[in-house]
Amino acid sequence: MAYPPAAQSSPPRQPSVKVILAAADVSRVVDRIAHQILEKTQGAADTVLLGIPTRGVPLARRLAGRISTFEDVAVPVGVLDITLYRDDLRRHATRAVGPTELPPGGIDGKRVILVDDVLFSGRTVRAALDALSDVGRPASVQLAVLVDRGHRELPIRADYVGKNIPTALAESVKVTLAETDGTDEVKLYGGATS
Amino acid sequence: MIRHLLSGADLDADTATQILDTAAEMATVAGREVKKLPALRGRTVVNLFYEDSTRTRISFEAAAKRLSADVINFSAKGSSVTKGESLKDTALTLQAMGADAVVVRHPASGAPHRLANWVDGSVVNAGDGTHEHPTQALLDAYTMRSRLGRLAGLHVAIVGDVLHSRVARSNVLLLSTLGAKVTLVGPPTLIPVNISAALAPGTDVSYDLDAVLPDVDVVMMLRVQRERMGDSYFPSAREYARRYGLDGPRMRRLPAHAIVMHPGPMNRGMEITPEVADSPRSTIVEQVANGVSVRMAVLYLLLGGNNR
Repeated sequence: MAYPPAAQSSPPRQPSVKVILAAADVSRVVDRIAHQILEKTQGAADTVLLGIPTRGVPLARRLAGRISTFEDVAVPVGVLDITLYRDDLRRHATRAVGPTELPPGGIDGKRVILVDDVLFSGRTVRAALDALSDVGRPASVQLAVLVDRGHRELPIRADYVGKNIPTALAESVKVTLAETDGTDEVKLYGGATS
Repeated sequence: MIRHLLSGADLDADTATQILDTAAEMATVAGREVKKLPALRGRTVVNLFYEDSTRTRISFEAAAKRLSADVINFSAKGSSVTKGESLKDTALTLQAMGADAVVVRHPASGAPHRLANWVDGSVVNAGDGTHEHPTQALLDAYTMRSRLGRLAGLHVAIVGDVLHSRVARSNVLLLSTLGAKVTLVGPPTLIPVNISAALAPGTDVSYDLDAVLPDVDVVMMLRVQRERMGDSYFPSAREYARRYGLDGPRMRRLPAHAIVMHPGPMNRGMEITPEVADSPRSTIVEQVANGVSVRMAVLYLLLGGNNR
């Protein structure tokens, strides 16, 4: 193919998109996290899964579903909205506040596992820990994420990681789930590549 | 999001619904052990009250404190206002102290609009003269929505001293934006001529309370504001109560689901009898509780983000 000379000297720069996890991979990863939770918590007794909106919520429901399939235990699921606890509220236009729904048994004295899609700076998790301490006093708090992409800005780590994805800061990771976006997929959007 | 809340007309249907939805989330905080959110940490809210008020001032104070804002209460009594300081000079003083929001109640209609031109922060109208009281309309709408499940299509009768009522004006504007139908009821002397054309076309006026009652979902009784009137608007308090007061027999002519509201403070025995005020249909105490949630939502949406 013949390219115009200008294109040869400076090739078109466009962001690359790479699929890291396809639908089947996502479901395998969720299964593995569910198994790990069962193993690490000795059968998920006294455990509550709290999803962080938006995509942490369907993930938490899926994990609870898989756990009940594997071991026949019902793990309560809730939603923890962190909007009012964010440290960047004033840097953006006012954010809409979502619902926080705790399971009927509450979280006091329970092992709470926070669930989110991507772990990045750690600021979301910090906000979630603050929100958590205002709604109850769990016995312990753990963190499960589908993807850990690194670049932490706070001393926070996950207890359960679906997939570690080494990334550059300029890249971005986008998780889509069937419940919120129609398809299960994890994509890496590159910075400009040549 | 808007910067000031001065009038029920400042809100379009989407913004008003956003405030009501946010208020519903804020309401869950009232049931928690820690009744506090960090969203407005480090922000300063000034309550600037030139008129007496218990529930509105306390409600705004509780709302701001639950969002972790610092609250400065200013009441005209015992301040430099009694030495003759003007509203503008007071505003500039507050500005110099770094007020992020000023909640103002003033006997002069339009005072919050003037204030909004003088300060950098957000101004919330907490009642100006006989003009508007938008957060009261929002908490009334919130109460109706939580009791009856919807606002669109509701028929609301606002009964009594419409002429002097800022609550009525803000409610007519907000309720018509949200799709409810309003009928204003009262003696001809207390309902301004052409009010429906001036506020919201589609608003009905009736001088006969008994004819309206069987057809409404909500009846909102207004306080007869004796401090704003001579005695010339109706012949006697007794005659007023007979024709426009809500008593037990009248309440029983309402549809079974209908609710009774009152913005408070009540003149028991005048516009509402104790039997009605203390009945299960009455939402008067609920309205006070909802007021805190709605004002939290308003303060958060005005101050929570960077909306400049």
